Amino acid sequence: MKIQVRLDRRQFARRSLQLAALCLLAGCNRLSRSPSVAALLESAEGLTRRVQRALRPRRSMAREFTEADRSPVFPGNGTTSPEDADYQALAASGFAAWRLEVDGLVERPARLSLGDLRRLPSRTQITRHDCVEGWSAIAKWTGVPLRTILDQVGVGPRARYVVFHCADSMDGTGDRYYESIDFDDALHPQTILAYEINDRPLPIEYGAPLRLRVERQLGYKMAKYVMRVELVETFAAFGRGKGGYWEDRGYEWYAGI
Amino acid sequence: MKALLVYRHRFPTRLSHWVTVLCVPILVLSGFQIFNAHPALYWGERSDGERAVLAMRAERTPRGTLKGITHVFGRDFDTTGVLGASRDGALGIQDRGFPNWATLPGHQWLAMGRRWHFFFAWAFVLNGLAFAGYAVLGGHLSRDLMPSGPELRAIGRALRDHLLFRFHHGAAADRYNVLQKLAYASIIFVAAPLLVLTGLAMSPRVDAAIPALPAVFGGRQSARTLHFLLTLGLIAFTAVHLFMVLVTGFWNNVRSMILGWYRLSSGGPDEDSSAT
Repeated sequence: MKIQVRLDRRQFARRSLQLAALCLLAGCNRLSRSPSVAALLESAEGLTRRVQRALRPRRSMAREFTEADRSPVFPGNGTTSPEDADYQALAASGFAAWRLEVDGLVERPARLSLGDLRRLPSRTQITRHDCVEGWSAIAKWTGVPLRTILDQVGVGPRARYVVFHCADSMDGTGDRYYESIDFDDALHPQTILAYEINDRPLPIEYGAPLRLRVERQLGYKMAKYVMRVELVETFAAFGRGKGGYWEDRGYEWYAGI
Repeated sequence: MKALLVYRHRFPTRLSHWVTVLCVPILVLSGFQIFNAHPALYWGERSDGERAVLAMRAERTPRGTLKGITHVFGRDFDTTGVLGASRDGALGIQDRGFPNWATLPGHQWLAMGRRWHFFFAWAFVLNGLAFAGYAVLGGHLSRDLMPSGPELRAIGRALRDHLLFRFHHGAAADRYNVLQKLAYASIIFVAAPLLVLTGLAMSPRVDAAIPALPAVFGGRQSARTLHFLLTLGLIAFTAVHLFMVLVTGFWNNVRSMILGWYRLSSGGPDEDSSAT
Protein backbone atom coordinates (compact mmCIF):
# COMPACT_ATOMS: atom_id res chain seq x y z
CA MET A 1 0.00 0.00 0.00
CA LYS A 2 2.70 2.35 1.06
CA ILE A 3 4.79 1.47 -1.98
CA GLN A 4 1.77 2.04 -4.19
CA VAL A 5 1.30 5.53 -2.75
CA ARG A 6 4.94 6.29 -3.21
CA LEU A 7 4.85 5.18 -6.84
CA ASP A 8 1.74 7.24 -7.48
CA ARG A 9 3.43 10.25 -5.99
CA ARG A 10 6.51 9.76 -8.10
CA GLN A 11 4.44 9.23 -11.20
CA PHE A 12 2.48 12.33 -10.35
CA ALA A 13 5.65 14.32 -9.86
CA ARG A 14 7.05 13.08 -13.15
CA ARG A 15 3.81 13.81 -14.98
CA SER A 16 3.70 17.28 -13.43
CA LEU A 17 7.19 18.00 -14.69
CA GLN A 18 6.36 16.73 -18.17
CA LEU A 19 3.22 18.82 -18.22
CA ALA A 20 5.12 21.88 -17.01
CA ALA A 21 7.69 21.40 -19.79
CA LEU A 22 4.96 21.07 -22.40
CA CYS A 23 3.14 24.13 -21.07
CA LEU A 24 6.39 26.05 -21.13
CA LEU A 25 7.02 25.16 -24.77
CA ALA A 26 3.46 25.64 -25.98
CA GLY A 27 3.10 28.77 -23.87
CA CYS A 28 6.33 30.31 -25.09
CA ASN A 29 5.42 29.52 -28.68
CA ARG A 30 2.11 31.26 -28.31
CA LEU A 31 3.73 34.13 -26.41
CA SER A 32 6.22 34.57 -29.28
CA ARG A 33 3.28 35.65 -31.45
CA SER A 34 1.89 38.15 -28.96
CA PRO A 35 2.89 41.75 -29.79
CA SER A 36 3.04 42.81 -26.13
CA VAL A 37 5.32 39.90 -25.20
CA ALA A 38 7.49 40.58 -28.23
CA ALA A 39 7.70 44.23 -27.13
CA LEU A 40 8.68 43.14 -23.61
CA LEU A 41 11.39 40.81 -24.92
CA GLU A 42 12.63 43.55 -27.25
CA SER A 43 13.10 45.88 -24.30
CA ALA A 44 16.29 43.95 -23.47
CA GLU A 45 17.90 45.36 -26.64
CA GLY A 46 18.07 48.92 -25.27
CA LEU A 47 19.63 47.65 -22.04
CA THR A 48 22.20 45.61 -23.97
CA ARG A 49 23.08 48.58 -26.19
CA ARG A 50 23.52 51.00 -23.29
CA VAL A 51 25.53 48.61 -21.13
CA GLN A 52 27.75 47.39 -23.96
CA ARG A 53 28.48 50.91 -25.12
CA ALA A 54 29.16 52.14 -21.59
CA LEU A 55 31.65 49.30 -21.17
CA ARG A 56 34.21 51.20 -23.19
CA PRO A 57 32.66 53.99 -25.14
CA ARG A 58 33.31 55.02 -28.73
CA ARG A 59 36.92 54.26 -29.42
CA SER A 60 37.27 50.59 -28.55
CA MET A 61 38.64 48.88 -31.63
CA ALA A 62 37.72 45.49 -33.01
CA ARG A 63 40.71 43.17 -33.01
CA GLU A 64 42.76 43.25 -36.22
CA PHE A 65 44.36 40.01 -37.36
CA THR A 66 47.33 39.03 -39.51
CA GLU A 67 47.28 37.92 -43.14
CA ALA A 68 47.83 34.33 -41.97
CA ASP A 69 44.66 34.42 -39.87
CA ARG A 70 42.42 34.94 -42.90
CA SER A 71 39.75 32.38 -43.76
CA PRO A 72 40.63 30.16 -46.73
CA VAL A 73 37.09 30.75 -48.00
CA PHE A 74 35.01 33.74 -46.98
CA PRO A 75 31.31 32.79 -47.14
CA GLY A 76 29.24 34.91 -49.50
CA ASN A 77 26.09 35.29 -47.42
CA GLY A 78 22.77 37.03 -48.02
CA THR A 79 22.42 38.26 -51.60
CA THR A 80 25.34 37.02 -53.68
CA SER A 81 24.11 38.05 -57.11
CA PRO A 82 21.47 40.80 -57.32
CA GLU A 83 18.98 40.14 -60.09
CA ASP A 84 17.85 43.76 -60.38
CA ALA A 85 18.20 44.98 -63.98
CA ASP A 86 19.61 48.36 -62.98
CA TYR A 87 22.32 46.69 -60.92
CA GLN A 88 23.14 44.20 -63.65
CA ALA A 89 23.53 47.04 -66.14
CA LEU A 90 26.00 48.75 -63.81
CA ALA A 91 27.87 45.49 -63.23
CA ALA A 92 28.08 44.84 -67.00
CA SER A 93 30.02 48.08 -67.46
CA GLY A 94 32.34 47.34 -64.55
CA PHE A 95 30.49 49.92 -62.44
CA ALA A 96 31.85 52.76 -64.59
CA ALA A 97 28.48 54.53 -64.43
CA TRP A 98 27.96 53.75 -60.75
CA ARG A 99 27.86 56.75 -58.40
CA LEU A 100 27.53 56.78 -54.63
CA GLU A 101 24.90 59.32 -53.66
CA VAL A 102 25.50 61.01 -50.32
CA ASP A 103 22.57 63.16 -49.32
CA GLY A 104 19.84 63.77 -46.77
CA LEU A 105 20.70 65.99 -43.80
CA VAL A 106 24.07 67.04 -45.15
CA GLU A 107 25.42 70.45 -46.05
CA ARG A 108 26.90 69.52 -49.44
CA PRO A 109 25.31 66.47 -51.11
CA ALA A 110 27.79 64.52 -53.23
CA ARG A 111 27.92 61.98 -56.03
CA LEU A 112 31.10 59.94 -55.91
CA SER A 113 32.47 57.55 -58.52
CA LEU A 114 34.64 54.56 -57.61
CA GLY A 115 37.61 56.61 -58.81
CA ASP A 116 36.65 59.45 -56.46
CA LEU A 117 36.48 56.99 -53.56
CA ARG A 118 39.81 55.39 -54.43
CA ARG A 119 41.46 58.82 -54.46
CA LEU A 120 40.41 59.44 -50.85
CA PRO A 121 42.66 58.25 -48.02
CA SER A 122 41.98 54.56 -47.47
CA ARG A 123 42.08 52.20 -44.51
CA THR A 124 42.94 48.49 -44.63
CA GLN A 125 41.92 46.15 -41.82
CA ILE A 126 41.94 42.39 -41.30
CA THR A 127 38.92 41.71 -39.16
CA ARG A 128 36.60 38.94 -38.06
CA HIS A 129 33.13 38.94 -39.55
CA ASP A 130 30.54 37.52 -37.14
CA CYS A 131 27.27 36.36 -38.64
CA VAL A 132 24.04 36.39 -36.66
CA GLU A 133 23.80 32.69 -37.57
CA GLY A 134 26.88 31.97 -35.49
CA TRP A 135 29.78 31.54 -37.92
CA SER A 136 32.89 33.74 -38.13
CA ALA A 137 35.28 34.42 -40.99
CA ILE A 138 38.34 36.64 -41.28
CA ALA A 139 39.20 38.77 -44.31
CA LYS A 140 41.16 41.86 -45.27
CA TRP A 141 39.08 44.88 -46.22
CA THR A 142 40.18 48.13 -47.86
CA GLY A 143 38.00 51.19 -48.24
CA VAL A 144 37.26 54.77 -47.30
CA PRO A 145 36.48 55.52 -43.67
CA LEU A 146 32.85 56.63 -43.56
CA ARG A 147 33.97 59.52 -41.41
CA THR A 148 36.07 60.91 -44.27
CA ILE A 149 33.01 61.07 -46.51
CA LEU A 150 30.83 62.52 -43.75
CA ASP A 151 33.43 65.23 -43.09
CA GLN A 152 33.48 66.03 -46.79
CA VAL A 153 29.70 66.45 -47.12
CA GLY A 154 29.20 68.09 -43.73
CA VAL A 155 26.80 66.47 -41.25
CA GLY A 156 23.67 68.53 -40.69
CA PRO A 157 22.78 69.42 -37.11
CA ARG A 158 19.61 67.29 -37.06
CA ALA A 159 21.21 64.13 -38.47
CA ARG A 160 21.11 61.18 -36.07
CA TYR A 161 21.42 58.12 -38.29
CA VAL A 162 23.22 57.11 -41.45
CA VAL A 163 21.03 55.00 -43.76
CA PHE A 164 22.55 52.80 -46.47
CA HIS A 165 20.35 52.10 -49.48
CA CYS A 166 21.34 49.02 -51.46
CA ALA A 167 20.85 47.71 -54.98
CA ASP A 168 19.65 44.22 -54.12
CA SER A 169 15.98 43.30 -53.93
CA MET A 170 15.23 40.71 -51.29
CA ASP A 171 12.84 37.74 -51.76
CA GLY A 172 9.86 38.32 -54.03
CA THR A 173 8.60 41.51 -52.42
CA GLY A 174 10.90 43.87 -54.27
CA ASP A 175 12.02 45.40 -50.95
CA ARG A 176 15.60 46.42 -51.39
CA TYR A 177 18.15 45.82 -48.66
CA TYR A 178 18.88 48.77 -46.41
CA GLU A 179 20.60 49.32 -43.11
CA SER A 180 21.22 52.11 -40.62
CA ILE A 181 23.75 52.94 -37.93
CA ASP A 182 24.12 55.86 -35.56
CA PHE A 183 27.15 58.12 -35.10
CA ASP A 184 28.65 55.92 -32.40
CA ASP A 185 29.58 53.55 -35.21
CA ALA A 186 29.48 55.93 -38.20
CA LEU A 187 32.41 57.98 -36.85
CA HIS A 188 34.39 54.95 -35.65
CA PRO A 189 37.74 54.61 -37.41
CA GLN A 190 37.08 51.00 -38.44
CA THR A 191 33.74 51.83 -40.07
CA ILE A 192 34.65 51.90 -43.74
CA LEU A 193 32.98 51.70 -47.14
CA ALA A 194 35.04 48.87 -48.57
CA TYR A 195 35.87 48.46 -52.27
CA GLU A 196 38.44 45.69 -51.85
CA ILE A 197 38.55 42.29 -50.17
CA ASN A 198 41.90 40.51 -49.77
CA ASP A 199 43.63 43.02 -52.07
CA ARG A 200 41.30 42.65 -55.05
CA PRO A 201 38.28 44.68 -56.13
CA LEU A 202 35.18 43.54 -54.31
CA PRO A 203 33.55 40.72 -56.33
CA ILE A 204 29.78 40.76 -56.78
CA GLU A 205 29.45 37.94 -54.26
CA TYR A 206 30.78 40.21 -51.49
CA GLY A 207 28.84 43.35 -52.44
CA ALA A 208 30.49 45.04 -55.45
CA PRO A 209 31.23 47.80 -55.94
CA LEU A 210 30.97 49.02 -52.34
CA ARG A 211 29.96 47.51 -49.02
CA LEU A 212 29.83 48.74 -45.47
CA ARG A 213 32.06 47.36 -42.68
CA VAL A 214 30.86 47.98 -39.09
CA GLU A 215 33.33 45.83 -37.22
CA ARG A 216 31.73 45.94 -33.77
CA GLN A 217 28.37 44.63 -34.94
CA LEU A 218 27.04 41.50 -36.65
CA GLY A 219 27.24 40.83 -40.38
CA TYR A 220 23.72 41.87 -41.31
CA LYS A 221 24.55 45.50 -40.41
CA MET A 222 27.25 45.51 -43.11
CA ALA A 223 25.16 46.36 -46.14
CA LYS A 224 26.42 45.15 -49.54
CA TYR A 225 25.80 46.82 -52.96
CA VAL A 226 25.60 50.28 -51.35
CA MET A 227 24.11 52.85 -53.75
CA ARG A 228 23.22 55.74 -51.51
CA VAL A 229 24.18 57.05 -48.08
CA GLU A 230 21.44 59.16 -46.56
CA LEU A 231 21.64 61.08 -43.30
CA VAL A 232 18.35 61.23 -41.43
CA GLU A 233 16.85 62.23 -38.12
CA THR A 234 14.70 59.10 -37.95
CA PHE A 235 14.50 55.93 -40.01
CA ALA A 236 10.75 55.48 -39.42
CA ALA A 237 9.94 56.24 -43.06
CA PHE A 238 11.99 53.40 -44.54
CA GLY A 239 10.71 49.87 -45.02
CA ARG A 240 8.66 48.91 -41.98
CA GLY A 241 10.38 51.55 -39.89
CA LYS A 242 12.81 49.43 -37.87
CA GLY A 243 15.99 50.69 -39.51
CA GLY A 244 16.94 47.80 -41.76
CA TYR A 245 15.76 44.91 -43.88
CA TRP A 246 16.38 42.30 -41.17
CA GLU A 247 15.33 44.65 -38.39
CA ASP A 248 11.97 44.90 -40.17
CA ARG A 249 11.81 41.11 -39.82
CA GLY A 250 12.43 40.94 -36.08
CA TYR A 251 16.20 41.21 -35.72
CA GLU A 252 17.75 43.76 -33.35
CA TRP A 253 18.72 47.18 -34.67
CA TYR A 254 21.63 47.10 -32.23
CA ALA A 255 23.55 44.04 -33.37
CA GLY A 256 26.52 44.27 -31.01
CA ILE A 257 25.72 40.81 -29.64
CA MET B 1 7.45 8.83 14.18
CA LYS B 2 8.02 12.44 15.09
CA ALA B 3 8.91 14.92 12.42
CA LEU B 4 10.85 18.05 13.01
CA LEU B 5 10.50 21.04 10.72
CA VAL B 6 13.62 23.08 10.13
CA TYR B 7 13.91 26.33 8.22
CA ARG B 8 16.33 25.18 5.53
CA HIS B 9 16.15 27.74 2.70
CA ARG B 10 15.96 31.45 3.30
CA PHE B 11 13.86 33.71 1.12
CA PRO B 12 16.62 35.06 -1.20
CA THR B 13 17.74 31.49 -1.92
CA ARG B 14 14.20 30.37 -2.72
CA LEU B 15 13.44 33.39 -4.89
CA SER B 16 16.64 33.13 -6.91
CA HIS B 17 16.15 29.37 -7.25
CA TRP B 18 12.75 29.80 -8.90
CA VAL B 19 13.88 32.68 -11.10
CA THR B 20 16.63 30.32 -12.28
CA VAL B 21 14.04 27.60 -12.88
CA LEU B 22 12.20 30.03 -15.14
CA CYS B 23 15.31 31.29 -16.94
CA VAL B 24 17.30 28.12 -17.60
CA PRO B 25 14.76 26.16 -19.69
CA ILE B 26 14.04 29.26 -21.78
CA LEU B 27 17.76 29.95 -22.23
CA VAL B 28 18.50 26.35 -23.19
CA LEU B 29 15.62 26.02 -25.65
CA SER B 30 16.19 29.42 -27.26
CA GLY B 31 19.93 28.62 -27.27
CA PHE B 32 19.26 25.51 -29.35
CA GLN B 33 17.15 27.68 -31.67
CA ILE B 34 20.16 29.99 -32.15
CA PHE B 35 22.51 27.01 -32.54
CA ASN B 36 20.26 25.64 -35.28
CA ALA B 37 20.96 28.67 -37.49
CA HIS B 38 24.46 27.22 -37.92
CA PRO B 39 24.47 23.76 -36.33
CA ALA B 40 28.23 23.29 -36.17
CA LEU B 41 30.97 23.99 -33.63
CA TYR B 42 34.64 24.86 -34.12
CA TRP B 43 37.81 25.67 -32.22
CA GLY B 44 39.60 29.00 -32.67
CA GLU B 45 38.44 32.34 -34.08
CA ARG B 46 37.06 31.10 -37.40
CA SER B 47 34.47 28.61 -38.57
CA ASP B 48 36.18 26.90 -41.51
CA GLY B 49 33.64 24.40 -42.78
CA GLU B 50 35.95 21.39 -43.02
CA ARG B 51 37.30 21.89 -39.49
CA ALA B 52 34.08 21.53 -37.52
CA VAL B 53 34.48 19.47 -34.34
CA LEU B 54 30.74 18.89 -34.33
CA ALA B 55 28.24 19.41 -37.15
CA MET B 56 24.66 18.37 -37.76
CA ARG B 57 23.40 18.09 -41.30
CA ALA B 58 20.72 16.46 -43.42
CA GLU B 59 21.45 14.30 -46.46
CA ARG B 60 19.05 13.04 -49.07
CA THR B 61 19.02 9.26 -49.35
CA PRO B 62 18.62 7.47 -52.71
CA ARG B 63 14.98 6.89 -51.73
CA GLY B 64 14.45 10.64 -51.52
CA THR B 65 14.03 10.82 -47.76
CA LEU B 66 16.17 12.96 -45.47
CA LYS B 67 18.75 11.40 -43.22
CA GLY B 68 20.05 13.29 -40.17
CA ILE B 69 23.79 13.05 -39.63
CA THR B 70 25.78 14.21 -36.63
CA HIS B 71 29.49 14.58 -37.24
CA VAL B 72 31.63 14.45 -34.08
CA PHE B 73 35.44 14.58 -34.15
CA GLY B 74 35.66 13.18 -37.67
CA ARG B 75 33.01 10.48 -37.34
CA ASP B 76 29.48 10.49 -38.74
CA PHE B 77 26.51 9.11 -36.83
CA ASP B 78 23.01 8.55 -38.14
CA THR B 79 20.77 10.62 -35.85
CA THR B 80 17.69 10.84 -38.07
CA GLY B 81 14.60 11.96 -36.19
CA VAL B 82 16.52 13.77 -33.47
CA LEU B 83 19.63 15.61 -34.71
CA GLY B 84 20.28 16.85 -38.24
CA ALA B 85 16.86 15.96 -39.60
CA SER B 86 13.63 15.62 -37.65
CA ARG B 87 9.86 15.83 -37.99
CA ASP B 88 8.38 19.29 -38.44
CA GLY B 89 4.62 18.79 -38.10
CA ALA B 90 2.83 18.29 -41.40
CA LEU B 91 6.01 19.09 -43.35
CA GLY B 92 7.47 15.71 -42.40
CA ILE B 93 11.19 15.20 -41.86
CA GLN B 94 13.02 18.50 -42.31
CA ASP B 95 16.60 19.73 -42.19
CA ARG B 96 17.03 20.80 -38.53
CA GLY B 97 19.93 20.73 -36.07
CA PHE B 98 17.97 20.16 -32.88
CA PRO B 99 14.37 18.98 -33.32
CA ASN B 100 11.44 21.36 -32.92
CA TRP B 101 10.56 20.06 -29.47
CA ALA B 102 13.97 21.17 -28.20
CA THR B 103 13.86 24.72 -29.54
CA LEU B 104 12.08 27.94 -28.65
CA PRO B 105 10.17 28.95 -30.73
CA GLY B 106 9.33 25.42 -31.90
CA HIS B 107 10.32 25.95 -35.53
CA GLN B 108 13.05 27.87 -37.36
CA TRP B 109 12.76 31.46 -36.10
CA LEU B 110 16.20 32.81 -35.22
CA ALA B 111 15.11 36.42 -34.59
CA MET B 112 12.58 35.39 -31.93
CA GLY B 113 15.00 32.86 -30.42
CA ARG B 114 17.50 35.68 -29.93
CA ARG B 115 14.83 37.90 -28.32
CA TRP B 116 13.97 35.21 -25.79
CA HIS B 117 17.61 34.38 -25.18
CA PHE B 118 18.86 37.89 -24.50
CA PHE B 119 15.89 38.96 -22.38
CA PHE B 120 16.22 35.94 -20.11
CA ALA B 121 20.01 36.17 -20.20
CA TRP B 122 19.60 39.55 -18.50
CA ALA B 123 17.18 38.06 -15.96
CA PHE B 124 19.64 35.20 -15.35
CA VAL B 125 22.60 37.56 -14.93
CA LEU B 126 20.84 40.04 -12.64
CA ASN B 127 19.37 37.21 -10.57
CA GLY B 128 22.78 35.54 -10.37
CA LEU B 129 24.52 38.74 -9.32
CA ALA B 130 21.90 39.42 -6.65
CA PHE B 131 22.18 35.87 -5.32
CA ALA B 132 25.99 35.89 -5.39
CA GLY B 133 25.99 39.20 -3.49
CA TYR B 134 23.61 37.76 -0.91
CA ALA B 135 25.53 34.48 -0.61
CA VAL B 136 28.92 36.14 -0.19
CA LEU B 137 27.92 39.05 2.04
CA GLY B 138 25.19 37.26 3.96
CA GLY B 139 27.37 34.31 4.86
CA HIS B 140 25.35 31.71 2.91
CA LEU B 141 28.43 30.82 0.88
CA SER B 142 30.78 30.26 3.81
CA ARG B 143 28.12 28.80 6.12
CA ASP B 144 26.26 26.46 3.75
CA LEU B 145 27.98 26.12 0.39
CA MET B 146 31.74 25.84 0.95
CA PRO B 147 32.70 22.31 1.98
CA SER B 148 34.96 22.11 5.03
CA GLY B 149 38.25 20.23 5.18
CA PRO B 150 36.85 17.26 7.14
CA GLU B 151 33.90 17.10 4.75
CA LEU B 152 36.22 16.95 1.75
CA ARG B 153 38.28 14.22 3.38
CA ALA B 154 35.12 12.18 3.92
CA ILE B 155 34.01 12.58 0.33
CA GLY B 156 34.61 8.92 -0.52
CA ARG B 157 32.09 7.80 2.05
CA ALA B 158 29.54 10.41 0.90
CA LEU B 159 29.98 9.23 -2.66
CA ARG B 160 29.49 5.58 -1.65
CA ASP B 161 26.37 6.42 0.34
CA HIS B 162 24.89 8.25 -2.62
CA LEU B 163 25.65 5.49 -5.08
CA LEU B 164 24.01 3.00 -2.70
CA PHE B 165 21.01 5.33 -2.33
CA ARG B 166 21.63 5.71 1.39
CA PHE B 167 20.44 9.24 2.05
CA HIS B 168 20.35 11.03 5.34
CA HIS B 169 16.99 12.32 6.39
CA GLY B 170 17.70 12.85 10.04
CA ALA B 171 19.46 15.74 11.71
CA ALA B 172 22.28 15.72 9.12
CA ALA B 173 19.79 16.68 6.39
CA ASP B 174 19.26 20.18 7.73
CA ARG B 175 22.55 21.00 6.03
CA TYR B 176 23.82 20.22 2.55
CA ASN B 177 26.13 17.23 2.36
CA VAL B 178 29.55 17.58 0.80
CA LEU B 179 28.42 16.40 -2.65
CA GLN B 180 25.56 18.87 -2.66
CA LYS B 181 27.89 21.66 -1.59
CA LEU B 182 30.36 20.87 -4.34
CA ALA B 183 27.64 20.55 -6.97
CA TYR B 184 25.80 23.74 -6.01
CA ALA B 185 28.92 25.84 -5.47
CA SER B 186 30.47 24.77 -8.77
CA ILE B 187 27.26 25.38 -10.72
CA ILE B 188 26.65 28.78 -9.11
CA PHE B 189 30.20 30.10 -8.91
CA VAL B 190 31.93 28.35 -11.83
CA ALA B 191 29.57 27.04 -14.50
CA ALA B 192 27.04 29.89 -14.49
CA PRO B 193 29.67 32.68 -14.69
CA LEU B 194 31.47 30.76 -17.43
CA LEU B 195 28.23 30.38 -19.36
CA VAL B 196 27.69 34.13 -19.21
CA LEU B 197 31.30 34.95 -20.11
CA THR B 198 31.47 32.52 -23.04
CA GLY B 199 28.17 34.01 -24.22
CA LEU B 200 29.54 37.54 -23.99
CA ALA B 201 32.72 36.46 -25.80
CA MET B 202 30.54 35.89 -28.88
CA SER B 203 29.50 39.56 -28.91
CA PRO B 204 31.57 41.60 -31.38
CA ARG B 205 31.11 44.75 -29.32
CA VAL B 206 32.23 43.11 -26.08
CA ASP B 207 35.18 41.56 -27.93
CA ALA B 208 36.23 45.03 -29.09
CA ALA B 209 35.89 46.44 -25.57
CA ILE B 210 37.58 43.52 -23.78
CA PRO B 211 39.88 41.70 -26.25
CA ALA B 212 41.16 39.43 -23.45
CA LEU B 213 37.74 37.83 -23.05
CA PRO B 214 37.56 35.89 -26.35
CA ALA B 215 41.32 35.32 -26.09
CA VAL B 216 41.13 33.38 -22.81
CA PHE B 217 38.60 31.03 -24.38
CA GLY B 218 40.76 30.53 -27.47
CA GLY B 219 38.70 32.67 -29.87
CA ARG B 220 35.08 33.43 -30.65
CA GLN B 221 34.27 30.04 -32.12
CA SER B 222 35.93 28.27 -29.17
CA ALA B 223 33.81 30.40 -26.85
CA ARG B 224 30.73 29.28 -28.78
CA THR B 225 31.79 25.63 -28.42
CA LEU B 226 32.44 26.06 -24.69
CA HIS B 227 29.09 27.83 -24.27
CA PHE B 228 27.47 24.76 -25.85
CA LEU B 229 29.42 22.26 -23.72
CA LEU B 230 28.64 24.18 -20.53
CA THR B 231 24.98 24.07 -21.53
CA LEU B 232 25.19 20.28 -21.83
CA GLY B 233 26.83 20.25 -18.39
CA LEU B 234 24.01 22.37 -16.99
CA ILE B 235 21.44 19.99 -18.48
CA ALA B 236 23.27 17.03 -16.94
CA PHE B 237 23.37 18.77 -13.55
CA THR B 238 19.65 19.54 -13.80
CA ALA B 239 18.85 15.92 -14.65
CA VAL B 240 20.79 14.60 -11.64
CA HIS B 241 19.36 17.36 -9.44
CA LEU B 242 15.77 16.52 -10.42
CA PHE B 243 16.46 12.83 -9.91
CA MET B 244 17.82 13.48 -6.42
CA VAL B 245 14.84 15.73 -5.62
CA LEU B 246 12.54 12.88 -6.63
CA VAL B 247 14.29 10.10 -4.73
CA THR B 248 14.98 12.00 -1.50
CA GLY B 249 11.41 13.05 -0.81
CA PHE B 250 9.88 15.08 -3.61
CA TRP B 251 7.23 17.01 -1.65
CA ASN B 252 9.49 17.66 1.29
CA ASN B 253 12.13 19.07 -1.06
CA VAL B 254 9.69 21.13 -3.09
CA ARG B 255 8.00 22.49 0.02
CA SER B 256 11.31 23.51 1.52
CA MET B 257 12.24 25.34 -1.67
CA ILE B 258 8.87 27.13 -1.75
CA LEU B 259 8.18 27.78 1.94
CA GLY B 260 11.60 27.21 3.43
CA TRP B 261 10.56 24.47 5.86
CA TYR B 262 12.12 21.04 5.54
CA ARG B 263 10.93 18.07 7.53
CA LEU B 264 13.61 16.09 9.30
CA SER B 265 12.76 12.65 10.49
CA SER B 266 14.05 11.55 13.88
CA GLY B 267 15.47 8.15 14.60
CA GLY B 268 17.80 5.77 12.84
CA PRO B 269 18.49 5.22 9.19
CA ASP B 270 15.79 2.57 8.82
CA GLU B 271 13.08 4.93 9.81
CA ASP B 272 14.69 7.52 7.59
CA SER B 273 14.01 5.70 4.39
CA SER B 274 10.29 5.58 5.11
CA ALA B 275 10.21 9.36 5.08
CA THR B 276 10.49 9.35 1.33
